Amino acid sequence: MDMINLTIDNRPVSVEKGTSLLQAAAEVGIKIPSLCYMKLHDLNIENKPGGCRVCVVEVVGRRNLAPACCTDAAEGMVVQTHSMRAIHARRTVVELILSDHPTDCLKCAKAGNCELQSMAQHLGIREIHFEGEQSTFREDTSPAIIRELNKCIRCRRCEMMCNEVQTVGALSAINRGFNAVISPAFEMNLDHSVCTYCGQCVAVCPTGALTEVDHTGAVIRALSNPAKTVIVQTAPAVRAALGEEFGGEPGTLVTGKLAAALRRLGFNYVFDTDFAADLTIMEEGTELLNRLTAYLGGDKEIKLPMLTSCCPAWVKFFEHQFPELKDIPSSARSPQQMFGSIAKSYFAEKIGVDRKDLVVVSIMPCVAKKYECSRDEFSVNGNPDVDFALTTRELAQLINLANIDFNSLPDEDFDHPMGDSTGASVIFGTTGGVIEAAVRTAYEVFTGKKLARLDFTELRGMEGLRHATIDFDGLPIHIGIAHGLGNARKLLEDIQKGTSQFHAIEIMSCPGGCIGGGGQPYHHGNAEILKKRQMALYREDSGKPIRKSHENPYITKLYEEFLGAPMSEKSHHLLHTEYFDRSKK
Amino acid sequence: MPKIKLSQRTIEIVREICASFENNEGELINVLHETQHKLGYLPAEVQELIANELNMSVAKVYGVVTFYSFFNMIPQGEFPISVCMGTACYVRGAEQILHEIKRQLNIEVGQSTPDGKFSLNCLRCVGACGLAPVVMVGEKVYGRVAPQQVRKIIAEYQEGCVKPEKHEM
Repeated sequence: MDMINLTIDNRPVSVEKGTSLLQAAAEVGIKIPSLCYMKLHDLNIENKPGGCRVCVVEVVGRRNLAPACCTDAAEGMVVQTHSMRAIHARRTVVELILSDHPTDCLKCAKAGNCELQSMAQHLGIREIHFEGEQSTFREDTSPAIIRELNKCIRCRRCEMMCNEVQTVGALSAINRGFNAVISPAFEMNLDHSVCTYCGQCVAVCPTGALTEVDHTGAVIRALSNPAKTVIVQTAPAVRAALGEEFGGEPGTLVTGKLAAALRRLGFNYVFDTDFAADLTIMEEGTELLNRLTAYLGGDKEIKLPMLTSCCPAWVKFFEHQFPELKDIPSSARSPQQMFGSIAKSYFAEKIGVDRKDLVVVSIMPCVAKKYECSRDEFSVNGNPDVDFALTTRELAQLINLANIDFNSLPDEDFDHPMGDSTGASVIFGTTGGVIEAAVRTAYEVFTGKKLARLDFTELRGMEGLRHATIDFDGLPIHIGIAHGLGNARKLLEDIQKGTSQFHAIEIMSCPGGCIGGGGQPYHHGNAEILKKRQMALYREDSGKPIRKSHENPYITKLYEEFLGAPMSEKSHHLLHTEYFDRSKK
Repeated sequence: MPKIKLSQRTIEIVREICASFENNEGELINVLHETQHKLGYLPAEVQELIANELNMSVAKVYGVVTFYSFFNMIPQGEFPISVCMGTACYVRGAEQILHEIKRQLNIEVGQSTPDGKFSLNCLRCVGACGLAPVVMVGEKVYGRVAPQQVRKIIAEYQEGCVKPEKHEM
C-alpha cells in the first residue's frame, strides 16, 4: 500500500495515498473545523462538495489556502491547520455565510443543534463585517418536513442524501449565484414532488433549513383537554436513542425511563408500538407463509419475493418509482398504523370510549410517520387512526418542557394490554430486525418445530445490501435485506428484470434502519452512534423473557377476543392496506 | 406554472434528440441545447420528458436548466435579443445598451414583445470580450454597440428577415 508522509501542525503523519488533509489530520487527533463536509463511516456516505471553504488550511509553498476536505495529502507536504492566515480566512467565510442568514436563532427549531451556530461560537464571531441583500425564499410546509430556505447554507448534504444515498431525486441545486438553493423541480412544494419524507435530508441538514413539522403543540392541547383520552405508543428505535438527548451515552437503553416520562406527561395509557410489531409479524408472517405455500404448490399467480411494508418512506418510494411492483410488498400495515387501528376499535371498545374522544399519539424515530398517519386510507370518517406522530427529538422537547428530570426517573413498565411485547418486536428498529422477527415466527409455524437458536446473526449487520439463506427444515429460504433506498432500488431492479432469487426482502429507508431515522437525535455525521443504537436493541431482545411474536400472550388474546385469526376478514379490514400508483406515467 | 399538453410530434422530436445522444445522462446539456434549438424553449413538460428519457430526476434537469442562463423556460421571441453583462461588456456600457433596448421595445428582461417578435435576456460572456459591449440577436453577434445603434439593429428585424425555423408545440 502506498503511504504518504507529511507534516501537519509540526507533527509527522503517515497516511494511505488518496487520504484528504482533513482525514489525515483527524488520524493524529487534529480537528480541522468543517461545515459542508460530512462522512458516515461504514455506510459509504460522504459529502465533500468543497463548497463552504471553512476547512481551508495553509500548505507551505502554495500561494492559496487549500480546502482540507478535498485536497489529498501529498509526499513531503507541510500543513498548518490553524495558522493566523487560515483562521482569518475561516472567520471571514463564516461571517460571509452569516451575512445572509436569518438571525432568529432564539426561536429557531434548530437552536442548540445548529452546526452553523456552533461554528460561529467556535470561531468566536461577535460581529459580522458584511452587509448586503438577504435571501427571500418562500417557506414550504408539507405533511412531514418544513423547508425554510433562507437558512440554507448550500452545503448540499440534503441533495447528496436525496440523490446518491436514497436515489429519490426530489431535491437538486437550482439557479446560480445568490439565487442558488436546493429545491424540488420547478420550485414546486415538497408534497407535490417524489419526496418520500424519509427525512434523511433533515437528519443531515446543519442548520434550520430543513426540520420536521412540529406537532408538540397539538399533543399538549390534547393532553390538557379533559374530554379526551390520550394514549401513546412508542416505536422500538426510540428507546435506544432518546437517552442521548439527555446527555446519555449513545446505545444507552432507556425503555423504563421512557415509559415513566410518558406517564408523567399525562398520557392516560402508555403503550408500546412493539405490541403492534408482534401483530405485524403475525399478519405479515402468515401472508408470507401463504404466498410461499401457494408458490411452492405451483400457483403461477403468486408473486415472490414478498417485501416488508413497515416503512412509510419505502412505501411512498415504490408508489412513485416502481408502481408496477405495488402488488409485491406485503399488504400488512405498518406497526404504527396497526396500533392505531386496534386502539381505536378493540381498545376503545374495551374502555368504552368513542374513537372521536380517543387521541392516539405515536413517538417515532421517523419523519415519514407524520405523513403516514395523515394518509386518507388510515382514517375512519375523517378521524385518523393515529392522530399525531412525534419524533424522538420532539418527545425530548416535551419532556424538557414539562420539567421532567429524565435521568432520575425510575424504570417503569408499559401498560396492558397494548404495551406487552416480545424480543422479536424490539429488533424491528434496526436493519435486519423485521425479517429476523418474521423468520422466528414463520419457521416455527411452517415447520411445527421449535427453533434451536433465536439469534440469526447471518441477518444482522450494517452493510447496505445483505442476503442469507435460512434452512426451514430442509427448505432453503432466501432472504434479502436492504437499508437506504438506493440499496432497495438495486433489489427492485432485479425483481423487475426477473432475476431476483429471494423469497422475502426486508427494506428500510434509512441507513441503519429506524435507529438512523430522520426523527432521531442528530448524529452529526458520527456513524458509530448508529452502531451503538443497533447493539442496544439486540441487547434488549436478548433480555426479554419472550422472544417470538407468536408467543406474546396479549397477541393471542387479541386474536381470540377480537380478530379471529391472522389474515381473517376482520384482520384484513383493520390491519391490511393497499398501495397506489403515484407516478405520472 | 400553466400546464401545457405536448403534441405527439413534440414528444417524438424530444425522444429522437435524446436517442441521438443514446439517452445518456451525461449528455444532458447537449440534449437541452438541441431541444431548445428545435422547440425554442424548455417548458416544464419537456424537462419531465427529458428526465424520463435519460432516466434521471426532473429536479436535476431543472437544476441544470436554471443554472445556465442560455436555457429558457418561457417562449422566446422570434428574434431573441441577449445583452452580454459580463465584466468587459459591463464596464464598456452594456447597462446603457440594455436600458435603450428596454425603452425601445417597452419590455423588461425575461419578457417578449406582445407580437412575439422580440424577447430580451441578459447573459454572461459570449467569449467576444474584445468586441465589448456585445449584443446578440438570435445567433448573430453585434460588437462595439453604442446606444444610438440600438434602433437600427432592431429595425433590421422589424422589416422581416429570414424567419428562423422553429417547431410549434
